[in-house]
Amino acid sequence: MTRHRPLLLKLLSALIVFGAWEIAGRIPVSYAFPTFLDSMAALARMTFDGSIFVAYAETLQPLVVGVAISAVFGIGLGLWIGLSKGFEWLFSPIFIVMQAAPLAALIPILVMVYGIGLTSKVFVVCIMAMPVIVLNTASAVRNTPASLKEMATSFLARDRDVLLKIILPAASPVIFSGLRLGVSAGFIGAILSELKITPTGVGDIITYSRSIADYPSMYAAIFSIILLAVIFLNLLEKLENVLFEGNNRGYAAD
Amino acid sequence: MQPIKPETRQAVTDSAVSVRNVSKVYGDVQALKDLTLEFPRGELTSLLGPSGCGKTTLLKIIAGLLPATSGEIEVNGQKVTGPGPDRSFVFQDFALLPWASVLRNVAFGLELRGVAKSEREAIAEKYIREVGLAGFEKKFPHQLSGGMRQRVGLARALSVNAQVLLLDEPFSAVDEQTRRKFQEDLLQLVKNEKKTFIFVTHSIEEAVYVSDQIAILLPRPSRVSEIIRPSSFRDKSVDNIRRDPEYLDIVDRIWASLRSYVE
Repeated sequence: MTRHRPLLLKLLSALIVFGAWEIAGRIPVSYAFPTFLDSMAALARMTFDGSIFVAYAETLQPLVVGVAISAVFGIGLGLWIGLSKGFEWLFSPIFIVMQAAPLAALIPILVMVYGIGLTSKVFVVCIMAMPVIVLNTASAVRNTPASLKEMATSFLARDRDVLLKIILPAASPVIFSGLRLGVSAGFIGAILSELKITPTGVGDIITYSRSIADYPSMYAAIFSIILLAVIFLNLLEKLENVLFEGNNRGYAAD
Repeated sequence: MQPIKPETRQAVTDSAVSVRNVSKVYGDVQALKDLTLEFPRGELTSLLGPSGCGKTTLLKIIAGLLPATSGEIEVNGQKVTGPGPDRSFVFQDFALLPWASVLRNVAFGLELRGVAKSEREAIAEKYIREVGLAGFEKKFPHQLSGGMRQRVGLARALSVNAQVLLLDEPFSAVDEQTRRKFQEDLLQLVKNEKKTFIFVTHSIEEAVYVSDQIAILLPRPSRVSEIIRPSSFRDKSVDNIRRDPEYLDIVDRIWASLRSYVE
């Protein structure tokens, strides 16, 4: 019983949230707020007629490409910034500005430069996802316990060993939390780009349903993207546990 | 500064480690000044002194983890230019990999040397038994007590089979009872392993209890003020050392010479 407790708690919290949604929809709090069951019915309808899959085929392109670029280049750049002493002043400000910039205001500039196609959308995803990945990776690398590096050096580790056997495993929890934040920001970026640049995919369902006042479909689309993001983040957590098994065993801090 | 007393000086014939005229300057702070010291082979030498006297600095220079500003270190006649397979280090804060099991931690030194997995694990298991941690191979550092963690650190240093073991205040982070047990085990280890031990400590009793030779360092800048070689109680059983008159005399004498440096 205790083994299933986390799962039960998750189900319970889902039940409370969906119950509240259903009640709020029935009151209704707003004409534009459908009930949970209506939204699920719309989701089922879109699933069976296949339109949701067509939409995701469109939406996932900039999302997957953008997240992949952000993860590879973000971790790489973060490692580089973290390992070198001189480059922090050069690169960190760029990513801090990127993180702070109001993205919606930048979109017209991106469209002007890269048009309304895939490139602009990938850019939006990257701008959202990359900074937090880079900054987390860099600070995780910089905070590797000095005594562990010294230990490895005293046992004749080469630089490559120190990087692969000390710095990366020690930094991996923070790198992965950066990845999780980056990926969820990437989801925001993907939807934002579909709402602001050209309505395609899930963004199109949201925009179109709203314009014809088909609110259950609109909420079904929003719900599905949240669900997808949650599933993806859980997969990422599983991956972390497989790659760095010892990290969820706690730290011997002293 | 007291002159070195004739009866405490003894001709050293065979040194495992020689420190010659070593100085270390950090910015404008002179940590070590023209320090010369011999470490006899197969014996345990303690570096004892008040905090800030540079004993850990000296140990790290011998380990090759810090460069000396001038002077030279020789280990078995070879000049030290960096870390080497002839020395291994036991860290004050244990420096264990939190994500690795006891077995992998102990085998880590061998792993870095490219020893095959089955071979290095066999060696590690042997030393895990030797330090009294049999049955804990699969445990992780956070599941162990402070004393057990330092046993892991010790087993790791022993498993690479270095001739010189450098111990940097290894027992300062463990409780008093564990510490006493450690000191007894260390005496046994020095006897069995035929290795040269260099032991940094700030505890006078600990230094006198475990050492064949005690080098007293005085701070700012650090230099060797006295070398003491206890003679009468080294062969006695561990239970009788602490009431040996020579043990008590040496403890008192060291305290008398260090007292004025304690702020």
